[in-house]
Amino acid sequence: MKWFRKASSSSVPLWQDEFPVFTADERYVNRRQFTKFLTLTSFAMLAGNLWILVRSLFHRSPSYPRQHVAAADELAVGGVKVFAYPTAQDPCILVRTGSDSYVAYSQKCTHLSCAVYYAKEQNRLECPCHQGFFSVADGSVLQGPPQRALPRVTLERKGGQLLAVRMEGEGA
Amino acid sequence: MNTNPPQNRGLTAIDGAMALIVLLLIVQIWLLSATLESYLAGHREAAVPGAIISGILFGACLGLYLFVDRIDSEVRKG
Repeated sequence: MKWFRKASSSSVPLWQDEFPVFTADERYVNRRQFTKFLTLTSFAMLAGNLWILVRSLFHRSPSYPRQHVAAADELAVGGVKVFAYPTAQDPCILVRTGSDSYVAYSQKCTHLSCAVYYAKEQNRLECPCHQGFFSVADGSVLQGPPQRALPRVTLERKGGQLLAVRMEGEGA
Repeated sequence: MNTNPPQNRGLTAIDGAMALIVLLLIVQIWLLSATLESYLAGHREAAVPGAIISGILFGACLGLYLFVDRIDSEVRKG
């Protein structure tokens, strides 16, 4: 492992260079090896950032199906309904926040994917696992370990029916 | 007059460079986690500056490693 070292700077064999006899020389080897490890870790961080860059450059917006969620008068004010959108593996929660207002979010907490529920008294979405709280108005984080807002389901009202048409704030 | 032997002076320089690398690495780890959070939240515009800054930090780490490598070979052989 003689990266970057000039071949002419050392006339001793590689094994002798890496495993010195004297303790004082060994201190240098240890520090050099550790510095090499830190530099490789730095390269791994760069690789992670480049991976995110490639993913974002080649990202294509998924097409979301239009899906019936509930009838408009199905829920009382403060009532909730759990449904799956856009696939059967994506639980979402619909909340009727007023006589004519509805919101829907992904039910997976953005911290560790526990299911969030609607706390009517506090008027917020709560994750019971680590006490992460989200605003019911826009899904933003109010408190706790989550760093990201809940992905929002865009709803459309067609007659007396509520339809889910797409997701917002979902990166991956 | 500096009475510190060359061996110790070399070690001091290497320790300083290592401390700097550790600091840069902490910044780079924070940058990666912040970029990832931002990407997962759907803000893809943070990916380009994140990658550029991470590249600069890696370049600085690589430069410091080359410095350590040079000091190491100079002092031990010389």
